[in-house]
Amino acid sequence: MTPSRSEAGLLPSYLDQSDDVRERFDRIKARDVILKVERLGKTFRSAVGTTLALDDINFSTHRREFLCVVGPSGCGKSTLIRILAGLEEKSGGQVLLHGRPVSGPGRDRGMVFQGYTLFPWLTVKKNVMFGLEVNGAAGDQAEREALQWLQLVGLEKFANAYPHQLSGGMKQRVAIVRALANQPRILLMDEPFGALDAQTRARMQDHLLEIWKKIDITIIFITHDLDEAIFLGDRILVLSPHPGRVQELIEVPVRRPRTAMQCILPEFLAAKARLEELIHQSTADDEREAYPAVARLTDVADDVE
Amino acid sequence: MMKLFQLHMALSPRAKFLIGVLSFALPIALWCIVSYVPAVWHPQVLITNAGSTDYLQIGMRMDRQAFDSEVAGAKAEGRAPPEGVRSNPIYLPSPSEVAAAFYQSFTTPPPTQDGEWLHQSLWHSIQIIFWGFLISSIIGVPLGILCGAYAPISRLFEPFVEFFRYLPAPAFGALAVAILGIYDGPKITIIVIGTLFQQILIIANTTRKLDGALVEAALTLGAKNSQLLRRVVLPGILPDLYRDQRILLGWAWTYLIVAELIGTTSGITWFITQQARYQHFPNVYAAITMIGILGLGMDMILALLSRRLFPWDRSLAKSN
Repeated sequence: MTPSRSEAGLLPSYLDQSDDVRERFDRIKARDVILKVERLGKTFRSAVGTTLALDDINFSTHRREFLCVVGPSGCGKSTLIRILAGLEEKSGGQVLLHGRPVSGPGRDRGMVFQGYTLFPWLTVKKNVMFGLEVNGAAGDQAEREALQWLQLVGLEKFANAYPHQLSGGMKQRVAIVRALANQPRILLMDEPFGALDAQTRARMQDHLLEIWKKIDITIIFITHDLDEAIFLGDRILVLSPHPGRVQELIEVPVRRPRTAMQCILPEFLAAKARLEELIHQSTADDEREAYPAVARLTDVADDVE
Repeated sequence: MMKLFQLHMALSPRAKFLIGVLSFALPIALWCIVSYVPAVWHPQVLITNAGSTDYLQIGMRMDRQAFDSEVAGAKAEGRAPPEGVRSNPIYLPSPSEVAAAFYQSFTTPPPTQDGEWLHQSLWHSIQIIFWGFLISSIIGVPLGILCGAYAPISRLFEPFVEFFRYLPAPAFGALAVAILGIYDGPKITIIVIGTLFQQILIIANTTRKLDGALVEAALTLGAKNSQLLRRVVLPGILPDLYRDQRILLGWAWTYLIVAELIGTTSGITWFITQQARYQHFPNVYAAITMIGILGLGMDMILALLSRRLFPWDRSLAKSN
């Protein structure tokens, strides 16, 4: 095992927190626990046998916390968020929202998917009104609220457009306010920016933090992008694969408000080095041998490097 | 030229239009050549002058070989030979004859007293199709959607429907007459039997193809069972459902002729069989053409309508 950069003494430890960061974490932990996951397990049964996807997952989030979940593919992070959303049955343990066990989907947990999932037959405004209407809001009330939410993300001009007329970033903004319009206790986001190009993704990250600051919402955000996790999150839940287990719950030592410039700060790099180390450890066995050395198929004199 | 034949190449609007015109122009051109160029095919001779052969009459058609030997025989005996022009068999009228018959069918009253105008026959046929398709849809559309949406309903209905759709609808003709009499009842029944079972399966499949993520999104927004069906499944499949219905309506038309032969022959089928009996083949072709024009016209109107009805549907931009 190669020593990580932090072990080599080039970076501070990811556990070192400046005073204001530590105070912030104290404040977060003093808030109510919104979501508590206890001994959560998930087993898939198929014709070839049973697969343990999640094993003994425990964590909790506080009100208005931003929790990121990272892990290599196969660690069950999507399964985890789908169980939290109620789209998948859990095999064991429990999920408590405000101390009450939840089962099945409900408006108290909003969800944003990677594939936008806007209803193509509804205009942008009607998409945002959907949750309000199925929960019994009157038409004009729902419309007023929907327009307010669209204003929040600067899309009021597109209220009467159809989703196919919007860009990927705009679609995802609509999907976010569609989920928020229901005023859920918690917003679950499953790699929401995974399909966006790098520039749009960066702008959406800033935008999401803006929204999060302005409203009372707790966010659980799944990503495989470590920079994104550090940039957005208060804490990062690292899962290991086969079966999915909690490897570590890291407190991000980077100050808020977050800016793109922070990605060269020592504390940012320290957190990233730790994440890379954890993920490297857990993927090493399955992945490293999978890539063979490539035989040379060009002229010896013709080097590209 | 090579560029036109690249796989999945989109055509320019101009090329699309021109090739579309060709699709009709080519078969008509072929028909014209066979009809108007005597050197092509024309296996018979239309007698214009019987000459000395007493069994020939003006307007009769006979095979060219028989005619040639008749001419040779007459010449050898020094009699006046029969005269004639090369012609096609009576069952292949020329485009102009069919066009004239087409026009006349709307302008001249039917020759026999019990005869019907072409449009009257057609109108009767359209009514049969309408009722058959309507009854089939009233049962088939909801049942198909329910089968696609709920696994138990699918398991309960689909195996039997799969079995039943292999039974040829016309086989139920005699039964339908025995139960429903000889008029329109059994004809409509045949259309229903021919359409319904395919309809249930096709619509069930269309419903199953709905993006499951949309249903999940609705669930996380708090939608419950009946709301899911009404607010997500139904609008989600509507453009595809509409396309299915267009295709099924075409199938219903193909059952029409068989259906109308059952019991008392009626509608366009009656017109066609009647005209064929009197060897008025131009009329037969005019009637067949009329069915094609009606079918294609109806489908084009429905296609245009779907653009108005489903402005969000992206697959529309690709097709048509």
